[in-house]
Amino acid sequence: MSERIISCSAAIAEALTEEMSRDDRIFVIGEDLVYHGGIFGQFKGLPEKFPGRIIDTPISETCIVGSGLGAALTGMRPLVDLHFADFTTCAMDEIANQSAKIRYMFGGQVKIPLVIWAPDGAGLGAAAHHSQSLESWFIHTPGLKVVVPSEPADVKGLLTAALRDDDPVIFFQHKKLFAKEGPVPEGEYVIPLGKAAVKRSGGDVTILTYGSGFYLSTEAMKELSGMGIEAELIDLRTLKPLDFETIAESLKKTYRAVVVHEACLTGGFGAELVARISSELFDYLDAPVLRVAAKDVPIPFSPPLEKFVLPSVEDIVKAARQVTYR
Amino acid sequence: MRTGASEQEMKGKKTKPINHIKAYDSETLLALYQKMVTIRKFETLAGELFAAGKIPGFIHLSIGQEGSSTGVCSILRPDDYIITTHRGHGHVIAKGGDLKRMVAELMGRRTGYCKGKGGSMHIADFSLGILGANGVVAGGFPIIVGAGLSIKLRKTDQVAVCFFGDGASNRGPFHEALNMAAIWKLPILFVCENNCYASTTRTSYACSVIDIAARAKGYDIPGVSVDGNDVLAVRHAAAEAVDRARRGEGPTLLENKTYRRRGHFEGDPQRYRDQKEVVEWEQKNDPILRFASILKEKKLLTQDLEDKIAAGIDADLKEALQFAEQSEWPKPEEALEDLFFNF
Ligand SMILES: Cc1ncc(C[n+]2csc(CCOP(=O)(O)OP(=O)(O)O)c2C)c(N)n1
Ligand SMILES: [Mg+2]
Repeated sequence: MSERIISCSAAIAEALTEEMSRDDRIFVIGEDLVYHGGIFGQFKGLPEKFPGRIIDTPISETCIVGSGLGAALTGMRPLVDLHFADFTTCAMDEIANQSAKIRYMFGGQVKIPLVIWAPDGAGLGAAAHHSQSLESWFIHTPGLKVVVPSEPADVKGLLTAALRDDDPVIFFQHKKLFAKEGPVPEGEYVIPLGKAAVKRSGGDVTILTYGSGFYLSTEAMKELSGMGIEAELIDLRTLKPLDFETIAESLKKTYRAVVVHEACLTGGFGAELVARISSELFDYLDAPVLRVAAKDVPIPFSPPLEKFVLPSVEDIVKAARQVTYR
Repeated sequence: MRTGASEQEMKGKKTKPINHIKAYDSETLLALYQKMVTIRKFETLAGELFAAGKIPGFIHLSIGQEGSSTGVCSILRPDDYIITTHRGHGHVIAKGGDLKRMVAELMGRRTGYCKGKGGSMHIADFSLGILGANGVVAGGFPIIVGAGLSIKLRKTDQVAVCFFGDGASNRGPFHEALNMAAIWKLPILFVCENNCYASTTRTSYACSVIDIAARAKGYDIPGVSVDGNDVLAVRHAAAEAVDRARRGEGPTLLENKTYRRRGHFEGDPQRYRDQKEVVEWEQKNDPILRFASILKEKKLLTQDLEDKIAAGIDADLKEALQFAEQSEWPKPEEALEDLFFNF
């Protein structure tokens, strides 16, 4: 398969173009999609290629998700765009009570092929209502699959898999990553949901991360390398279902782990990882598993405040040194 | 593809020019003029600062909508409440917000209204009854119902005003709030600023009605549409609604028809509209130019006075900018203040 360097936004448009050409049940619904190809340009070209299948809505998150769900129950395969993950709050019933539960509650009579698209993350001075990382709310809701990609190729492969999945998938992509470029395979490219990637091997410590944490960790690993600490970097990519096998394999080699995520610390996905590691891999641990995360406050507006609240490269370096006792 | 504003929509905006002028003394009229110009100049400055990279994040300006914010707030008392939106600078200024603390907040300084924690989309001054701008479209509706309920429970004659956009009227909270305010006859004024767009989406595409005010019928409350670029028409309609609210007769939905002249946010490529449409509003339907020409006709505003007012506002804004620029950035650890924090 040949690769070229394209942005995350282009990777999204490519995955959708391929899947929408293959399956005419797929459509995209949300606010402000048609004129600018989505607020991050991630649907550029699609309104022209697929007239009537990229649908602009009023500002009505409840009905955007709800209509996606209703369409999914009756033969369609929608992707609903929520602009910002922060606005999942406005459709929480449709996501958490309806989409997540209908298949189970009705005894498995139906499938729910629904993708909920929710750009998340901070770092743009967008303040408390436009900067959150909310994945752990949805991990705590049985019935939803939760995907948080980092690199453009992952975005394409995971989005393709999500569009082909028969369960509701909530797809968080960090806002700052839309413009990020990287090699992306041409043509059909599927990354199964629930498959982590070891993106760099090392024997001293395992860094478990996803989304924007991947880039922060990559930076930190360069510094650690300079100190003689070789980290293994696992990009989880899908948080639910979780690829615990890959995590276990790595930990049985390094005996140490640091979890990195941009969401705030308390009750974050790191807590779940630490719990599972301590119950299933306790005998392999040479140090407590540490978490690097945002501080437990809403995201503040002013740059020095926002920077202070978010996890940093230095935080990761410090944690990795601590667990390796160096 | 949808097209620009239709002939009919555009015409609908401009009703008879400023016809209540005789009811006001010159002091009131000049105060309205001065407020509108202050908002215009503040927004212009904010746009310039943003373009120069001095304001982080993103900002939404209310240039062209000054008639609505000024007209409504001009009849409010200091103890009345307002709640506003992402496009809220004008409302804050109209309710008496301090320019220095506003500019400082936009620039993320610790002397700003929210110590740099909020920014453009989250300015509040609870001491002036400004219950805050909101980053979530329609976030203000349920809160204003609570303010109205509290007024009723406390048995005062305050009123509470909820500013919102045409787009916000398509969200559920609008409908829930109108119903609840109606059944309890809460002293609330719902003020829709119908500026023809919600981000890239034309109001005529997204709303089932041409007049947002028509939605009042479903809740059996008065719904009034006025020319939002006629500051006196706005003030007149708002005054009637406020009187009604103070008398305990319940809420009103007021729709001020206006136009969003800037992009949705600064930097918006605006592929959804023809710039000709914008120029037309600028030239033919500017709330400030329209009001100024009436004031001049009545000899209440001279060129001298106009210049003097402009110079006074420029000086205030210069001082506000200086204040903000000389203010310190917040200290990083201040991020942990103002919240229960147990780590
Ligand atoms: C619940 C929610 N959905 C979407 C957005 C993104 N958004 C911000 S402003 C806006 C348009 C609002 O339009 P309108 O209510 O007409 O106000 P205007 O911007 O025209 O003043 C949108 C879609 C948001 N902030 N909150
Ligand atoms: Mg609008």
